[in-house]
Amino acid sequence: MFDLALAAAAILCLSAVLAAIVARSDRLCLRVGTAGALLASALGAVGAAGALLAGEERSLHLQWPLPVGELHVGTDPLSSFFLLCIFTVSGLAAIYGAGYLPSHLGTRRLAPAVAFFNLLVAAMVLVVVARDGILLIVAWEIMSIASFFLVAFEHDRADVRRAAFTYLIASQLGVVFLFILFALLGRAAGSYDFDLLRATAASTSGLANAAFLLALVGFGTKAGFWPLHVWLPDAHPAAPSHVSALMSGVMIKMGIYGLLRTLLFLGPPPAWWGVVLVAIGAVSGILGVLQALAQHDLKRLLAYHSVENIGIIALGIGVGLLGQSHAQPAVAFLGFAGALLHVLNHGLFKTLLFQGAGSVLHATRTADLDSLGGLQRRMPTTGLTFLIGAAAICGLPLLNGFVSEWLVFVGALRGGASLPPAWALPSLVAVLALALIGGLAVACFVKAYGVVFLGEPRTPLPAPAHEPARAMRVAMILSSLLCVAIGLWPAGAVRLVAPAVALLGTPGSDASGTAAGLSAITSVAVVILASAAGLTLVRALLLRSRAVTRAATWGCGYAAPTPRMQYTAASFASTVLEPFAPVIYSKTHAEPPRGHFPTAARYEEYVGDMAGERILLPAYRRLLDLLGRARVLQQGRIQLYLAYIFITLIALLVWQLAGMRGR
Amino acid sequence: MSPPLALALHAALLAGLPPLMLGVIARTKAWAAGRRGPPLLQPYHDLARLLRKGAVYSRTTTAIFAAGPIVSLAALLTAGLLTPLATNHAPLGFMGDIVAFGCLLALARFMTMAAALDTGSSFEGLGASREATFSALTEPTLFLILAVLCLPAGSPSFEGAWNAVSWAAPGLARAPLLAAAAALFLVLLAENSRIPVDDPTTHLELTMIHEVMVLDHSGPDFAFILHAAALKLFLFGGLLIHAVLPFPGDPWAGLAILLAGQLALAVLVGTVESVMARLRLVQVPQFLIGGFAVAVVGLVAHFYRIGR
Repeated sequence: MFDLALAAAAILCLSAVLAAIVARSDRLCLRVGTAGALLASALGAVGAAGALLAGEERSLHLQWPLPVGELHVGTDPLSSFFLLCIFTVSGLAAIYGAGYLPSHLGTRRLAPAVAFFNLLVAAMVLVVVARDGILLIVAWEIMSIASFFLVAFEHDRADVRRAAFTYLIASQLGVVFLFILFALLGRAAGSYDFDLLRATAASTSGLANAAFLLALVGFGTKAGFWPLHVWLPDAHPAAPSHVSALMSGVMIKMGIYGLLRTLLFLGPPPAWWGVVLVAIGAVSGILGVLQALAQHDLKRLLAYHSVENIGIIALGIGVGLLGQSHAQPAVAFLGFAGALLHVLNHGLFKTLLFQGAGSVLHATRTADLDSLGGLQRRMPTTGLTFLIGAAAICGLPLLNGFVSEWLVFVGALRGGASLPPAWALPSLVAVLALALIGGLAVACFVKAYGVVFLGEPRTPLPAPAHEPARAMRVAMILSSLLCVAIGLWPAGAVRLVAPAVALLGTPGSDASGTAAGLSAITSVAVVILASAAGLTLVRALLLRSRAVTRAATWGCGYAAPTPRMQYTAASFASTVLEPFAPVIYSKTHAEPPRGHFPTAARYEEYVGDMAGERILLPAYRRLLDLLGRARVLQQGRIQLYLAYIFITLIALLVWQLAGMRGR
Repeated sequence: MSPPLALALHAALLAGLPPLMLGVIARTKAWAAGRRGPPLLQPYHDLARLLRKGAVYSRTTTAIFAAGPIVSLAALLTAGLLTPLATNHAPLGFMGDIVAFGCLLALARFMTMAAALDTGSSFEGLGASREATFSALTEPTLFLILAVLCLPAGSPSFEGAWNAVSWAAPGLARAPLLAAAAALFLVLLAENSRIPVDDPTTHLELTMIHEVMVLDHSGPDFAFILHAAALKLFLFGGLLIHAVLPFPGDPWAGLAILLAGQLALAVLVGTVESVMARLRLVQVPQFLIGGFAVAVVGLVAHFYRIGR
């Protein structure tokens, strides 16, 4: 099964190279790339699922011609689970891309988008199978750079270039912490090999704590923990929609993988790690969804929801760690299982939502919420699948988001009951945070779906809206079917997660209550569907012989309503956001109507990011001022630089001599 | 009682009793205002009349508009099967059912709001926006209340929570439960669009929340909405009654307690509506935060109790 994953990675690399070779013919290039990605995804997903069900663990050592160590790859259930997520989402994204990219034919070369897509997937595969710190960082960097080129696909637009460079800088800053992390762990273990790291890192608590915090920042930058998420809402909308789906669906989850992998090195966790993750999760989740509510652009809104969902995953890991640190296997199981299943679920419904947003953008040439409306009738498939994705991300029953959120909820509630009071409190904070996130997510997605697909178009659309190409529709339908499947049969999904959870938590943890709950979720779904079907039938029978007429919407007596009078995304969100005004960074400029016969009125709103505008930018500016003083050293004269080299050499010599004397 | 019979009784309660609550509330308000008021069974007449009617649909609407009331009622009926009524046991109850209960309410709300936006009416958009705001603020309180209720049992299920209540213990032992019940009453008023949060009888679109979202529904669709609203009140009432009254385990005695409790609750809601005015909308979040504070008192009392 592991061989299938390696074969898939090889196919991806090969098809990326082939796509680059045939770059001159855009169509051929797209065909080669998509075929490679699909073949690899099918092989890889089957292999990963098989490995999970069979409980396979493999390891492969190859000689590396570099002095830093050897090439060591392998899988365990944790890797296999993430491989499953990668291959599933990249397959769905590749199908969609095959329909989406041709719209750029004639304006841009497709080869970079095709080749770097496959390279990105291959790099992610390498990240999760790497069993050596250096190899992981190399794969990590390939992943960052490939995704940078994908974000920069429409590089002729200034905002896209800016987003791409912000992303590149953020990933490079993040990776610095990973260098320090592996340097620390590697020095203690004398090797970068994961097997050895695992044996030594657990021994000293100081090292373990430092490593935990470094991993939190380094991997958290990629995952998008608040306030390290600032690159994310720029990069996701800038990229083509299937790339947004891939990046939001799985690439940011590599941060979660990295964090979990590091936790495996570090041995039994102290309870405060769980508290830290619950705090990060609550802040990321709540601020992420609030920021999403404030957005006017559909893809930016979805990007902020990635921050929110990463928050939910962090809450799950936090609850899991709290349970594990107090020998509560059931709490640990529920927390970790919820977090991991949410990784897969978020991959599925976020892919679906980005695909829907891409179809809207494709059909109307705009993602501005306040210009859209009434697309459900013009694009029924897109509308229905988007609705499924929206309900799934809100954690509503029948769909997959509910299953993972239920697991975290139940874990946190049980933690609140069984942990000692000081640690039960953070567990209950996780419950409250999840509840608030859920309530706000419902508000946000009612807004997003309602404003885009329901009602009437708010402005005359630039192009007649139509359903997207067949490949795009197929991808959306497949994604939504997977969301429904996990929602209806959660026990099957949890079986895929369970081996990885056993690795993270206590093996053989008590899951019997969970199993009963999962089958009850299936019954709940069946009861909802059955009663909805029954009520539909009743309604049809009652209306069969009665007058059913069509009329205008009741305008409460107003004679001349226009579509411009509908509630907009901004007006919908303003009520919701009012109680949270202190944590939203927004500037408004309003010229309200004046007098008895008002003429022109204006309302403008700029929504920034609290973390960016209030925390990171001021910090960067101060740092820049500080570093600006070091410019004195740079005089641009060759003699001076020679002098620096000379002084450095002398200093090193003195240091070495002093060291020898000391010995 | 055999499980099929218990299920049939439970389903009959869900289908038959909720409109009575609305009748009692209306009657209480009429009595307090010195009017005779509508007959006690008026909501049943309303439902029957609506079910016999045809329907008018806006030309703007899609299938979502028709699906809204159906899915909302289906979700609430399912939530009803998770809520213990005449005994401590619910037909569909399981470990974690309180989470499913909360999420089913969210599903019902999601579809109601989507159906409102489907009309393209600015009034219904306004209603949906307010509903989204207040329900998002209520959600943490609801889950905190549910957490306080089930913490002593250690298992997040209604059945566990109700079984773990020791009615013989001194009052202090039940302090968390009583605080949670008080908070639950405030949440009940907010979630069911009662005064002081919303006024179900108002006829000014600009001041309404729930009613304004359903302006365009008619015929059987509106009957579903009315029943769903009554059912939601009934389910919250069921939780509240279980938190403050002991249920002996015998379904018929439990049924009597449930009925008496629901009627008393309806009178209480009617009294609150008679003596209070609706809050200004900007003050509603303060009301909801007040409810949260009461629930926090319950949590503190719980930790105080297990700390001793």
